[in-house]
Amino acid sequence: MKRLFPILSVLTAVLLAYALYEALLVAPTDAQQGDVYRIIYYHVPSAWTAFLLFFINFIASIQYLASAKPSTKTAAKWIVIAIGVVGVIACFLPQVQHLLPKGMRPSAVATTVLAIPAFYFLIGKFFPGERLDMLALTSAEVGVVFCTIVLVTGPIWARPVWGIWWAPGDIRLTSTLVLWLIYVSYLVLRRFSNSAQTQMLAAALAVFGALDVPLVYFSIWFFRTQHPQPVIGGGGSMDPRMLQVLLISWMAFLCFAFLVCWSRFRLEVLRREIEEAHAMESLVGTGEAPSKASLPLSRSSR
Amino acid sequence: MNAMKFLLAAYIATWVIHGVYLGTLVRRFSRLRQQVKELKGSGFRRSAPGFPPQV
Repeated sequence: MKRLFPILSVLTAVLLAYALYEALLVAPTDAQQGDVYRIIYYHVPSAWTAFLLFFINFIASIQYLASAKPSTKTAAKWIVIAIGVVGVIACFLPQVQHLLPKGMRPSAVATTVLAIPAFYFLIGKFFPGERLDMLALTSAEVGVVFCTIVLVTGPIWARPVWGIWWAPGDIRLTSTLVLWLIYVSYLVLRRFSNSAQTQMLAAALAVFGALDVPLVYFSIWFFRTQHPQPVIGGGGSMDPRMLQVLLISWMAFLCFAFLVCWSRFRLEVLRREIEEAHAMESLVGTGEAPSKASLPLSRSSR
Repeated sequence: MNAMKFLLAAYIATWVIHGVYLGTLVRRFSRLRQQVKELKGSGFRRSAPGFPPQV
């Protein structure tokens, strides 16, 4: 594992450099916007990566909440299976297809619905117990970084194209800002709350916060907005060469996000081990038997 | 030319944000390594098998 990280880091750096080369030199210039449109090669992959990380945070938080009792865990498992099966079948029913926004492919919706049980069981398998909470924290923190990039690069693109930095009241922009604020609140809660219930409260906040992700994504279909229409999964008309560069760029950012999450996860594991050691050290000194509930939540190194 | 200025600004801003975040991770890692050293020095190893954690 120790050797894998540097190898993956080098490969990711090469992929990021290649994506940059493709974005700046290979992708064709947009006829209307000129070269400034190339900002989408950083803006859109960052948004997709942030959504994916918030989705992982959502699933890990549900798993963490459900794991409090064996009965809740079983109930949650069957609810998730039901969501997957019913959701996929419903996407192909003509009555439901009627309700989908114009241009949205039922197969794209079905794939997204299917991702819920798939991620649920994969995350449950590879991140048991407290590791679920660590994964939730990791994905939220890295997701906020990517969401910050979306909120910074968006206005930089909007200024030359729209003539304004920000369109006040625009649902896509506002809901993205709200999403960012929700996850910043989540991180603030985790950083400053010293209660034994912090992890549970944060998980509950994350579940509600994740409800904003579909609102952000679907806002351009359901509301009038200045934001451009989606480039894939919604009948967009993007040049195939531009789309190819966009996907390469997203792959590069996904690899980068994976490495950052890996580092952040390791950091969290180490932090908790040290916290436990400090607690045990102080309890051994007082002659008490250490218990999990007696472990303090030191904030010095968070 | 003006458009290139915005493009450059967006790309630089992206890597500055990532750089700042990676910097905080490195700082937090080094602080934890320091704590591991202190715990090793305090002789905690004797009372807690399996400690210190692997950094």
